[in-house]
Amino acid sequence: MQDKRLFTSIAGIPMNTPVLTASGTFGFGEEFAEFVDLSRLGGVMVKGTTLKPRRGNEGIRITETPGGMLNCIGLENPGVEVFLQETLPRLAKYNMNVIVNISGSTAEEYGVLAEMLDVPEVAAIELNVSCPNVKEGGIVFGTDPKAAAAVVKEAKAHTKKPVILKLSPNVTDIVTMAKAVEAAGADMISLINTLLGMEINIRTKKPTLGNITGGLSGPCVKPVALRMVYQVAKAVKVPLIGMGGISSAEDAIEFLLAGASAVAVGTANFSDPAVTMKICDGINDYLAQQHIESVRDIIGAAL
Amino acid sequence: MPKALVDAEVILNRELVSGVYYLEVEAPKIAREAEPGQFVQLQIPDGAFTLRRPVGIAARNLQTGTVAFIYRTVGKGTAALAKVKAGTVINVLGPLGHGFAMTAKRPLLVGGGMGLSPLLFYASAMGGKADILMGGRCKQELFWEELYSPLVQDVFCTTDDGSYGQKGFTTMALPEILAKGGYDLVVACGPEIMMQGIAKIAHKQGIPCQVSLEKRMGCGLGACLSCSIDTTDGKRKKVCKDGPVFYAQEVFDLS
Repeated sequence: MQDKRLFTSIAGIPMNTPVLTASGTFGFGEEFAEFVDLSRLGGVMVKGTTLKPRRGNEGIRITETPGGMLNCIGLENPGVEVFLQETLPRLAKYNMNVIVNISGSTAEEYGVLAEMLDVPEVAAIELNVSCPNVKEGGIVFGTDPKAAAAVVKEAKAHTKKPVILKLSPNVTDIVTMAKAVEAAGADMISLINTLLGMEINIRTKKPTLGNITGGLSGPCVKPVALRMVYQVAKAVKVPLIGMGGISSAEDAIEFLLAGASAVAVGTANFSDPAVTMKICDGINDYLAQQHIESVRDIIGAAL
Repeated sequence: MPKALVDAEVILNRELVSGVYYLEVEAPKIAREAEPGQFVQLQIPDGAFTLRRPVGIAARNLQTGTVAFIYRTVGKGTAALAKVKAGTVINVLGPLGHGFAMTAKRPLLVGGGMGLSPLLFYASAMGGKADILMGGRCKQELFWEELYSPLVQDVFCTTDDGSYGQKGFTTMALPEILAKGGYDLVVACGPEIMMQGIAKIAHKQGIPCQVSLEKRMGCGLGACLSCSIDTTDGKRKKVCKDGPVFYAQEVFDLS
């Protein structure tokens, strides 16, 4: 095995490396297959899936900001049935952990989706309760501990797959949210989703984005994400997948030291489609230099 | 169509006219694979930019293994790109997307603004079979004529102010040119309103028309869905992956 030090296992899912890709930034993985050995990733958190097809938001959907970008795609996707019938069979050849990110407009919808996706080709289900770009559901579940807990319970009741809850940073106290979803039975917590932001075009005197606001991501959010991972890691026992602005091995190692059992790379895939491979190599080099046998030995070392 | 992700040395980055630059990089893999109408995603070398910049391929040279782009400085990214010196290494992802139909026997190219850049590669690939109709606000904007003259049979020009060629828009000159030309394909690249007008006229005369769309992009690989569009048959397509070149009736209502 090429990455003996990097091999890990989280919530029963064997991962060749603790480096995953974040939902919405990596398509279904296949788009990056020419640049990335997908089987080397810990998993691909695929594009957000909903019960019915969604066309997403109108107007401009992406804009660059200092140190990052804003997006308001709005969960465009062909719906879970097309995903199951067309996309998932196509992904089999890549031998990767497929983690399906799902969004519902009611707690029951998360249950329905979780049940439909309880198929052998799916490694885990990530509950997106924190998309800032859709009006219904989404952010509501992500900012109310009781609502988030209800979504976790509903999903857990309908699938045997590990359930990951993705936390929104757009809350007063992320630790309260994390404790609530852990108590509800989440097998893992991933954090953070994007930070709500906006940009105004001074020539048109109008917001740049079609949806007015969008989710901020990229290197500029990393310190916020790292702080939240650190705080949550101190408060819960379930494994964490840390994400938010990771664009180098050094960034990834910081998240591992802060208590994340694995990391996910998002926006950096746009800057460099092969960045995840460089991050795997870089973590491996760091461990070798430090004479550390396994990446598991550094998780939470900064706590 | 294999895509490459390569560090390419800048051979030339020269200002053609005020604010418009010609960038040539050494990228043999991309040069070999490139088809007219495709684009690349350039990483601005100074590291301050999260997103790459999509730029149409304006020329390639198989002998030297180089690819060239013509871009206008429109924001901070392209302003930084304009400062890049020969010898700098720039990361290039490409070629991306789908290009123009290469089967035409007698194509008419219609371009405006920076849309004239990818058409240049097409004109060159057509080996003298094409004509071009180009439009600009004034004579200064039609510096493209000397780039096209060696590659095409006829160059037709329009300017909004009448300072060069026929006064008016390309859409005003097109019906007459089409009527006498015997063209079997119209290929348009420029402002969307222009392409729509061109496509309608071509449609009326029963000549197929391809257009090249421009949309803000994130990944350039069909993953992020920043550049999704509606097609006329009710489907969703991605400009970066399914385009940027489409048959006009796929994306415009031509009735």
